[in-house]
Amino acid sequence: MTAVAETNKGKLTAEEKAHLSDRAKGERNLGWRLAGPAFVIMLLVTLYPICYAVYLSLFNYRLTDPAGRKLVWLQNYITALSDPLFWQAFTTTLIIVVVTLVFELVIGMAIAMVMNRVVWPRKTLRTIVLIPYAIVTVVSGFSWLYAAQISTGFFNRWLHFFTFGGFSENYNWFGGRWSSLTIICLSEIWKTTPFMSLLLLAGLAQVDSAQEEAAKVDGATWWQRFTKVILPNMKAALMVALLFRTLDAVRIYDNPYVMTGGANKTETLSMLVGTETVSRVEIGMGSALAVILFVIVLIIAFIFVKLFKVDLTTSGRS
Amino acid sequence: MKRLRPPRRGIAISAVMVMAATGLAACGSSSGSSSGPAHLTWYINPDVGNADPSKGGQATLAKECSDASGGKYKIKVQLLPNSASDQRIQLLRRLAGGDKTMDLMSVDPAFVSEFAAAGYFAPMPQNMVKEFTADRVQSSIDASTYDGKLMSVPFWSNTQLLWYKKSVAQKAGLDMSKPVTWDQLIAAAQKTKMQIGVQAALYEGYSVWINALIAGAGGEIVKNPNATYDKIQLGLDSAAGRDAARIIKKVASTGVGGPAMGSSEETQSLNLFMSPQGGFLVNWPYTYGAYTAKDKSDVAATMYPETVAGKAARPPYGGIQLAVGKDSRHPALAYQAAACITSVKHQADYMAASGNPASSKAAYDTAEVKKAFPNGIADLIRKSLDVAAARPLTPYWGDISTALQQRFSPPNSVNQNTPKSTQSFILRVLNGKALL
Repeated sequence: MTAVAETNKGKLTAEEKAHLSDRAKGERNLGWRLAGPAFVIMLLVTLYPICYAVYLSLFNYRLTDPAGRKLVWLQNYITALSDPLFWQAFTTTLIIVVVTLVFELVIGMAIAMVMNRVVWPRKTLRTIVLIPYAIVTVVSGFSWLYAAQISTGFFNRWLHFFTFGGFSENYNWFGGRWSSLTIICLSEIWKTTPFMSLLLLAGLAQVDSAQEEAAKVDGATWWQRFTKVILPNMKAALMVALLFRTLDAVRIYDNPYVMTGGANKTETLSMLVGTETVSRVEIGMGSALAVILFVIVLIIAFIFVKLFKVDLTTSGRS
Repeated sequence: MKRLRPPRRGIAISAVMVMAATGLAACGSSSGSSSGPAHLTWYINPDVGNADPSKGGQATLAKECSDASGGKYKIKVQLLPNSASDQRIQLLRRLAGGDKTMDLMSVDPAFVSEFAAAGYFAPMPQNMVKEFTADRVQSSIDASTYDGKLMSVPFWSNTQLLWYKKSVAQKAGLDMSKPVTWDQLIAAAQKTKMQIGVQAALYEGYSVWINALIAGAGGEIVKNPNATYDKIQLGLDSAAGRDAARIIKKVASTGVGGPAMGSSEETQSLNLFMSPQGGFLVNWPYTYGAYTAKDKSDVAATMYPETVAGKAARPPYGGIQLAVGKDSRHPALAYQAAACITSVKHQADYMAASGNPASSKAAYDTAEVKKAFPNGIADLIRKSLDVAAARPLTPYWGDISTALQQRFSPPNSVNQNTPKSTQSFILRVLNGKALL
């Protein structure tokens, strides 16, 4: 066990990899034997449904009308990609992703830096910060819905009070697209910033304090130290955090479903997939949309991994 | 550690045995062996008693029929979600998944065709068809029939009436003893500065109104309900469709539909009718029991308004049909239970307790029904049911209805071109050329 652990620590250099010794080969085999079963199970439970969805997406297939199943090749994709409803859902999703990501990154970074500096009570602080993330998304969605709607909400009353009556107490947040999206984004930011800050904290912990001190001695300002020393040193962690949150945000479903149900052009891509598959039982079109969503996620992952050079295996060691 | 092993193994073995025993017991009870009554599950829509058997709702009927079966079966009720759309999704998912507990279910007539066409219902015993259609109002039999065969058991059957305040009608000079038209109603409401309660929110109830208006003008939304999606023919783009659009637009633009017409469901329209501004209302018979404002003696009902003057109205048809799932373990017993649940006495009891009208004609002559719907309202419901028009009995009604609601919303934006554009949109959706 110790031998395996040591070699896995990355002691193999490029030359060693080129001429694998018998021992290394044996260890590689052992690695496959250990990870193999898990890998096979993962293929079964993920690859099979994905392939099946791709297959189904080529049909005009309604669950309640099995006899009417017809192979239409790529017609579902053409229909979906040329439909205004799809692009409306795409835009809505994109807006939510960009807005939440920017706010989460800034706020998450600030919280991470505070957590990194604070010596006492560090553990308590981390626990408190994590509370929103521990709440089930549907529950937090309902909490924000009740907080913002006219009948049960307190938002309007507070805004009314702090603007000295300038803000109407009867403002319907869920009556329009932008006001609905504001509450949806707020809820999303509140819920997932802790996750972001925790990932960033892990990156911050790996920044060499000696470098930072050296920069300080050389007369670097706080901003210079932040941008020239801290950020480059934690780039890997930063990118991993961004990648995870982007992929998560693209699949947003719970919050808009609970708050608006997709009314006022707030339907997201995941909700569109749900509507087609669950309520309309149009399995073919639903699968096509799910595949499109999957491809979007793949493209985002590709951009991050290839263009921003995020190495998921050496997170924190840039 | 070693010493602990034997007792642990003992515990494990006994645990396995207990699990096996309970597992077997569960199998024994559900397979309905000769040892005890068969367990039937009835998926009910929420009503007056929900799962409580002491309130006179479907749970009460379940209990009474279980007791009356002489130990043959025992019915357990499972409550479905509130909205018709959510009920459909739950039933459909279970039926498509081959759930063996789908012995009996209360299905909205709008979705009977969809389930029947998909082959989700157990075939009805031929010798029971006569029993299930005898003494039933015609619209309830129509709604239970798909492709010429009776697919479900007519249970309770609903229809909308025109509710009005006698004082308002008198002030407007409207003779309510004769059939009235929508145009007359709108004029009367304008004259008296009163409002008409309608359902025009983005939900199934709006489709109910649109369908009634089109049927009243002699049209039909779907011309060939049994056709597959690629051969379906729609009748929206017609004179009847444009008549319906004209009336919806007129109710909305004259303001007689109230300020919140576009978000008005049954409850909101009833509240409008109960308010001092309320003069008229089209709604289901539960209105009478649910009317809690002071001037109840001023409330009366008549036949649904005519779309076109001189052409008899086709009031909306609603209600619940009972169906037996294809994977039920006891289809024969389930149909026997359905016969017990829909007996004349049980329908009358249910109508009196829940306010949901019976599909049995004889039930309307019972004293308890006449007491629950006095002043001739019981007879009126019965007459309205005779001419009521069901929503198109096509398997694609779910999609058609959603598309209708979307394209006719908000009501004020409806114009003479709406039926035509809606028709082409529905056809594109059904053929997989547009998303919904």
